[in-house]
Amino acid sequence: MKIWVCIKQTFDTEEKIVIENGKVDEKDAEFIINPYDEYAIEEALQLRDELGGEVTVITVGPDRAENALRTALAMGADKAALIQDPSLVGDECVLARMLAEAIRREGFDLILGGNFAVDSGSGQVAIRLAEELDIPHIGSVTGLNVNGRQAIAKRDAEGDTEAVESTLPVLITAQQGLNEPRYPSLPGIMRAKRKPLERLSAQDLGLSDSLKTKTLIIEEYLPPEKEAGKILEGDLDQQVQELVEALCGKGLSFN
Amino acid sequence: MALKNKAVGAHFLIEETEKSSLVTPEDFSDEQRMFAETTRSFIEKEVVPKDEAIESLDYGLTVNLIRKAGELGLVAADVPEAYGGLGADKVSSTLITESLAKGSSFSLSVSAHSGIGTLPIVFFGNDAQKKKYLPDLASGTKIAAYCLTEPSSGSDALSAKTTAKRSKDGKYYILNGEKQFITNAGFADIFIVYAKIEGKDFTTFIVERTMEGVSLGPEEKKMGIKGSSTRPVILENVKVPAGNLLGEAGKGHVIAFNILNIGRFKLAAGVLGSAKEAIRLSATFANERTQFKKLISSFPLIRRKLADMNVRTYTLESMVYRTSGLIDGALKDLDYSSSDIGWQSAKGIAEYAIECSINKVFGSETLDFVADEGLQIHGGYGFTKDYKIERIYRDSRINRIFEGTNEINRLVVMSTLQKKAVKGELPLLEKANTLKDEIEDLLENRPTDGFLKQETYLVSAAKKLFLLVLGLAYRKYGLNLQKEQQLLSHLSDLVIQIYAMESVLLRTMKRLEKLGSEKAENGLDMMRLAIFEGFDKTESLVKEALAHLEEGEALIRRLASVQKIAYRLPIDAIRLKGRIGMRVAEASRYIV
Repeated sequence: MKIWVCIKQTFDTEEKIVIENGKVDEKDAEFIINPYDEYAIEEALQLRDELGGEVTVITVGPDRAENALRTALAMGADKAALIQDPSLVGDECVLARMLAEAIRREGFDLILGGNFAVDSGSGQVAIRLAEELDIPHIGSVTGLNVNGRQAIAKRDAEGDTEAVESTLPVLITAQQGLNEPRYPSLPGIMRAKRKPLERLSAQDLGLSDSLKTKTLIIEEYLPPEKEAGKILEGDLDQQVQELVEALCGKGLSFN
Repeated sequence: MALKNKAVGAHFLIEETEKSSLVTPEDFSDEQRMFAETTRSFIEKEVVPKDEAIESLDYGLTVNLIRKAGELGLVAADVPEAYGGLGADKVSSTLITESLAKGSSFSLSVSAHSGIGTLPIVFFGNDAQKKKYLPDLASGTKIAAYCLTEPSSGSDALSAKTTAKRSKDGKYYILNGEKQFITNAGFADIFIVYAKIEGKDFTTFIVERTMEGVSLGPEEKKMGIKGSSTRPVILENVKVPAGNLLGEAGKGHVIAFNILNIGRFKLAAGVLGSAKEAIRLSATFANERTQFKKLISSFPLIRRKLADMNVRTYTLESMVYRTSGLIDGALKDLDYSSSDIGWQSAKGIAEYAIECSINKVFGSETLDFVADEGLQIHGGYGFTKDYKIERIYRDSRINRIFEGTNEINRLVVMSTLQKKAVKGELPLLEKANTLKDEIEDLLENRPTDGFLKQETYLVSAAKKLFLLVLGLAYRKYGLNLQKEQQLLSHLSDLVIQIYAMESVLLRTMKRLEKLGSEKAENGLDMMRLAIFEGFDKTESLVKEALAHLEEGEALIRRLASVQKIAYRLPIDAIRLKGRIGMRVAEASRYIV
């Protein structure tokens, strides 16, 4: 079985975000595998160990993204591919096109990805990829069973669980609760060095620069700083009174 | 001197070290960083949440966690690949040891197992012994303990009373005796036991828990590291197969001292991790605690403490990884197909016995300092068990005692130095003869100003002052110097200060070259403080030693000469500490 896992290298979730010259400053930042993608990797590894086949991790990103791929290889993935081309820095649409080209050329039975990336939070790339490849997708999955060419996925549905059945090939996005991702073991880390990691450019993928991004980032800024809170005092009537005054004072009206 | 291809311990005392030869944390490979990341994640997610249960001495839990650590390869770094280990370099295994530290008692159990418990077999076992024991030890399925200390023999380890009597048919040794303060005793499967054959030949044996006659005394009620098992191991007519004799009969002391070298070095790596954790806890607390309507992290006196803690830890870190690089250098050219590769490796590490002791003393005293100041930052809360700094404070104390007390280690530094000089491995006497000229040279070329010039000068000057005192001490006491423990301790402290100052100087210069002055700024500030404070200590030790070695006119002349060599324009430490402390507070953790 050919299993692909699409991952993204993101800021460490403990990293402080600094805006410098209107852009998020990446200098000195620590990077990690997007936590939702870790569930996807773990699920892929478990399925491979159960059903056989191979797991390829793929990402689009700068040089540093190789570290994320190496970590996935150290966890146990078999191969990795890094799509990298300065002419193709783009939005979710472009990313999905690039991934689709790379994956289509090699063939696929199952594609996994995270539910969304913790940095941009768009939650689009994996779903667009399914569309590009013309296969079904099941999003936000918390349980997955593959039997022959059939996959049954459990997904969160507003507090309930929904079971969705699909034939392979299918694309699945992983939600928290799907599994407990393993740590890369030390021997795994040593083996990862010797595993194949392919670098692909736009040319390699047969994509020309006609693949222009369709969205533009106009501005990047931090959320406004939280103002000090206030605890209302006195009996209930006084508290209500004070609250109403405070809300009205902020320019809210109730009509 | 062309000594590049040969391992040369303690040479830093008599010659300059090229900064490019130094291993620093800035040189870690991606693979090494990943080792550290896995280790930290394991401790953070698997060990820290179970801290309370571990501290209540839940053997089953600790054993389970050691197995889990074993599955990840965390106890296999120093075991060769051929026997199920990783055969990793010493920089990697040092980084793993450091990264385990947040696990407190658990980390101690792990380190005792993978370090002093397993390494005797790694270095001194024969092929059969390695095949039989190492795969299980490397995977954590069996746990090892190291049994050297006895009720009446601590620092004087060779006076052990445990005996081994050879059976008439030569197939067994019968062991009798009692070992004390044995880490991991409660759940260990394998014990490395030292005993004297026929009451005289000090020898090492591999004893299994299941052998008849092996029993345990009660758990010690300890001041700290309460989650680690420390019990007496009692041996009553234990029949140990002759094949379990480790190394050679009568060579137990070689094994014991070599293993202690590594144990001392690993201890330094562990306390480095704990010191960083203490800084993180204290800076975080200071950033949450408000007094006088301000966060206490904004007060200069709190910042000064954070600065002092951070600077000492930076110094220790520079020393620890420099030493790990030196040891790797000694091991890399060995013939790994040879049958006595273990003995050769131990010899390679023994080359740096002085550096190992230096790390142990400086490391354990650094953690004591950092834990103490960290607790002070916590105020009354630090005195309660609700805050982890209280634990670190208690847990820290043992580090100055085990793996050879710091007093013994100070004496070891000087006795090893003397042996090296006598064997001609270190031309100390030759240096003493040319010292006068060298001091004149040094003074003549003394820089008046210039970037890093003064710091570089002070490190060289400290070396000359050490040689001066050493020469005078030999002149007065000759070989009887070995009885003058106070003087030896002073000399040893000078050696420690020199290694500390030089390590921090070279690392900082290397960082500057690599990162540029903006990113290296904090390191530069810390280096200046470390060197000026280190030199203050140096000068005071030298003066006290001279006051003992000389008198009258001669003393006055010597002091004047020291004054001249040691002259320096003081730095503005108050400003530097304010800056460093502010950075530590902002980062809420140890920062370089």
